[in-house]
Amino acid sequence: MEILILLLALFVLSLFLGVELITKVPPTLHTPLMSGTNAVSGITLVGALLAAGSGSSPVLVNILGFIAVTLATINVVGGYLVTNRMLAMFKRK
Amino acid sequence: MNPSIVSFVYLVAGILFILGIKGLTKPKTAVRGNRLSALGMLVAVVITLLDSSIVNYNYIIAGVLVGGLIGAVMALRIQMTSMPQMVALLNGFGGGASLTIALAEYYSKLGSAPESFAALLNPVAADANAFGVGAEGTIAVVAIGLTVLIGAVTLTGSFVAFAKLQELMKKSYGLPGGPTGNGIFLLCALAAVVFLALNPGNSVAMVSIVGLALLLGLFLVMPIGGADMPVVIALLNSYSGIAAALAGFILGNTVLIVAGSLVGTSGLILTQIMCVAMNRSLANVLFGKMAATGEVVDADEIYAGKVTSAQPDEVALMLEVAQRVVIVPGYGMAMAQAQHAVRELADAMEAKGVEVEYGIHPVAGRMPGHMNVLLAEAEVPYDKLMEMDRINPTFEDTDVVIVIGANDVTNPMARDVEGSPIYGMPILNVDKAKNVIVIKRSLSPGFAGLPNPLFAMDHTLMVYGDGKKAVIEMTTALNQA
Repeated sequence: MEILILLLALFVLSLFLGVELITKVPPTLHTPLMSGTNAVSGITLVGALLAAGSGSSPVLVNILGFIAVTLATINVVGGYLVTNRMLAMFKRK
Repeated sequence: MNPSIVSFVYLVAGILFILGIKGLTKPKTAVRGNRLSALGMLVAVVITLLDSSIVNYNYIIAGVLVGGLIGAVMALRIQMTSMPQMVALLNGFGGGASLTIALAEYYSKLGSAPESFAALLNPVAADANAFGVGAEGTIAVVAIGLTVLIGAVTLTGSFVAFAKLQELMKKSYGLPGGPTGNGIFLLCALAAVVFLALNPGNSVAMVSIVGLALLLGLFLVMPIGGADMPVVIALLNSYSGIAAALAGFILGNTVLIVAGSLVGTSGLILTQIMCVAMNRSLANVLFGKMAATGEVVDADEIYAGKVTSAQPDEVALMLEVAQRVVIVPGYGMAMAQAQHAVRELADAMEAKGVEVEYGIHPVAGRMPGHMNVLLAEAEVPYDKLMEMDRINPTFEDTDVVIVIGANDVTNPMARDVEGSPIYGMPILNVDKAKNVIVIKRSLSPGFAGLPNPLFAMDHTLMVYGDGKKAVIEMTTALNQA
């Protein structure tokens, strides 16, 4: 239970931090922000790896894990690459 | 690997994500920020792969190869005009990843998985404490149920959003009863979550949550019109983050919670910004139609005999003697593929000593910041791109405004006519400039379906025709002048 409260505290504080950070991103960069956060949400890859690689559980768990790894990897690779491609186009005079 | 070391590395990854987003607060530091964020991802993935509970690498290698290939091809081949579709798909995949992780965790804790489709509908006599003792177990099951719910809604909702943006789905369908129908569906799904929490072994409840949530995602987005998709993809972006954070609660994983909540707030803030820019509440976008009330304005009455048109070479003469010109682009410019032509016109004007800036309305593109990306691709320097609040006070000192492919966001009725359906929507005050050039095919209305009195003003000249062609002719005439 104490761990749950700690996780909840982390969640709430991250939300506040998120508001402070995101409101400072200028409108010019809102599209890269969205694709960049798509990549960040690919952090679910961490959970997906554990499910796909687990040994003792039913095979269904591995298969669900494989799907999760695939989807999360698309987000990570696709998100960071496309964000980088866009940001590289923003140039000053 | 020692769990403390793993937790510490996750903290490092979380810090790198935060620094990455902080880098996005300035165009100059943005590329570095994105790389820091990617480094955080790499660190988190590597430390997880060292986890002793991973014994089977076959599924992992297969998933990374397939996902990496699809992601790389999408990222390198996508056109900038199609960026909203890409983000819609990525939102959906993010939701799908959280959905499948929660399901995997459920069947892993349950210790048995259905052998066949029929067995899927048979409740399992689960160990009472399979998910934890007492309240902890209940909370764990609720977290799994909610992750499945939000993940599945994000998955199908995003695919509908993609289909609408790609114009594969042009009509708007919905549940009978509209919002009420969706509300009943949501209540059923939540009831299934409660039932599952009381009977964790009942996988019928789990299958029901998945089914109801997948359908709910479809029904929520299908009735929403294409013009409102910027709001919808920002909202689904937020959902994908919330689903990731919830998955963090299931796994007790700190980096998922930090990253997920950052993504969740980002999506919510962008949703809010889009709603304000369209002068509509979120509820109105999700459940309502564009306000049909307000005075009906007759287009003929506004335009009759008052609209003046001009040829591109006449406009070039005005541009030559101007001191300051503001270009106001809309999505029509991108559809005419005129970005490069517009930048060349700006270059020609600057060569004659004219000061040129761009005024960008928040909903100028198909998603937040979309127009800025399209212009950056056409090599327009980002310091020329001015947001609405910064450009608006400068229109009075502007000699010529060139409106290309934009309509509703320049309509002075939004500011002046209290009974108008778009009254209160923030607009670019281009009518305050000394001269206004509007490049447009005809006098047809924009998404709001309203006539624009700007077109009939004394200091406005209409240049009819294809945007790209008209701009190129202006540039040629200006270079010869």
